[in-house]
Amino acid sequence: MGLLFILPWILGLLIFTLYPVVASFILSFTRTGEGSAIKWVGLDNYITAFREPDFFRAILNTLILSLIGIPVAQIMSLVAALLLNVKMKFQGVFRTIFFLPSVVPAVATGLLWKWILNPRLGPINTFLDSIGLAGPGWLADPAWVKPSLIIMSFWGIGGTMVIYLAGLQNIPTEYYEAAKLDGAGSWACLKYITMPMLRPVTLFNTIMAIITSFQSFSNIIIMLDMDGGMKKAGLVYGLYIYTNAFRDFKMGYSSALAWILLAFTFVSVMLTYKFFNRSGDQEVS
Amino acid sequence: MTKVKTRRLVLTYMFAVFMSILFLFPFLWMTTTSFKTADQVYDNPMQIIPNPFDFSPYQRLFTENNFGQYLWNTVYVTVLTLIGVILSSSVVAFGFSYFRFPKKELLFKILLGTMMLPAQVTMIPQYILFDKLGWIGSFKPLIIPTFFGGTWVIFLLRQFFDTIPREYSEAAKIDGANEWTIFTKIYLPLAKAPISTSVLFVFMWTWTDFMNPLIYLTDDKMYTLSIALQRISSGARSTDWPLMMAGSLVMALPIVILFFSAQKTFINGASMSGLKG
Repeated sequence: MGLLFILPWILGLLIFTLYPVVASFILSFTRTGEGSAIKWVGLDNYITAFREPDFFRAILNTLILSLIGIPVAQIMSLVAALLLNVKMKFQGVFRTIFFLPSVVPAVATGLLWKWILNPRLGPINTFLDSIGLAGPGWLADPAWVKPSLIIMSFWGIGGTMVIYLAGLQNIPTEYYEAAKLDGAGSWACLKYITMPMLRPVTLFNTIMAIITSFQSFSNIIIMLDMDGGMKKAGLVYGLYIYTNAFRDFKMGYSSALAWILLAFTFVSVMLTYKFFNRSGDQEVS
Repeated sequence: MTKVKTRRLVLTYMFAVFMSILFLFPFLWMTTTSFKTADQVYDNPMQIIPNPFDFSPYQRLFTENNFGQYLWNTVYVTVLTLIGVILSSSVVAFGFSYFRFPKKELLFKILLGTMMLPAQVTMIPQYILFDKLGWIGSFKPLIIPTFFGGTWVIFLLRQFFDTIPREYSEAAKIDGANEWTIFTKIYLPLAKAPISTSVLFVFMWTWTDFMNPLIYLTDDKMYTLSIALQRISSGARSTDWPLMMAGSLVMALPIVILFFSAQKTFINGASMSGLKG
């Protein structure tokens, strides 16, 4: 009887998840030849990937964006959460303001920031101009594409911030009171109570950010183009899969790319997990 | 001592206000640009507040750029998705919560596991499947899969259903109620709060979805707002900033209004989706 109720989900799982996962794995060893005949090519797609300059460019771009963007965004979200955790007037108003950008649709956010970062007419360069500084070309300059993407991602830290905020509110106030009695200052409280207590939340946020960051490509299509902008400075891995699959219709090759993504995500999540656990042990000793 | 405390509080306020300005400025810039003429965009020195206000970007949006159609398409897909996800997920969640059957918890773990699977792994065979069914270029690939349950909503509703005391359904059973009646008459009415949280988030995800419409919608007349805006911005009107900002504003407005009318649900939902891990 219970199975009857969960039947829709089971069917969905079989049709829209399980079958595609298996099919994707098989497809990754094939190539669509002349007249849409599917040919078995063994590991060829995987070997091809490791010979493509664009494949390495996409991985490198994704890694740079993640390794710099994620830690900085985590720190900023945490600082914002700590700020909003202080008892003060208008706390609710500030919380609303900080969170609001994260509900704005990705397309709207992308276009808005493309306009804010406009080298000639945007407010940032106009401001820099007025104080006598020459603003960079932002998205029009390959060297500034990644900094631009990282800067605009800060606008949407609200979602991560509220998770930190919930984590902060779960820390018993007795801990701080006891520490204060022992003469600990704010800095010591942060270092020896807040940070260790927040470790599970930080780990969770970091892992989610890694998963999202490795897959994302919408913002690149919206703000740059299908090639990742000039000199392909914004060619991220998600975009590389998307264009191979749905622009060039290389279904076998892009399936192989998807499995490489899964492997990379898995390894990165494991490494993050290890890193957090080890830094935890050091704190104890 | 109190002096130090006051100084610290003042600094905290100043920092919060400064951050607020940084967070709010993009909204101001989007709104004011959408009321500018093409010439006002080039004004030197820059005028943040346009003088006079120009409503023609909104006119252009709906007359020359077919935005009414795109708005309707987005509403259509969103409403059907909401119906699909909420109906199927509540039934499935009830199944997971109320009944005992072999391998139940294993199946539920699989359900949670699928949340972690990158879309890239499933999207290519899904595309081929929908292509064989002749669904590409229609709304079907966006809507029909939603009738098979949404993972996040199933999880959320099951958590809630698990808290409903068994005595309620036992009493109803004595009165001759069957499982379906227990579901519709007892469980669903009690679940108003988690269902509205689900509606809110599913609405937001569907309204703003970019990837699925990008893959499956091929006909210009069927574009949703996301795709329509992206196409406008990469086409011949890519320098018509007032038009694009007006479009972005029209797209963002329903969500922002919804956010203000249900702030607590939004923020609790966002923080809870984090703490489930």
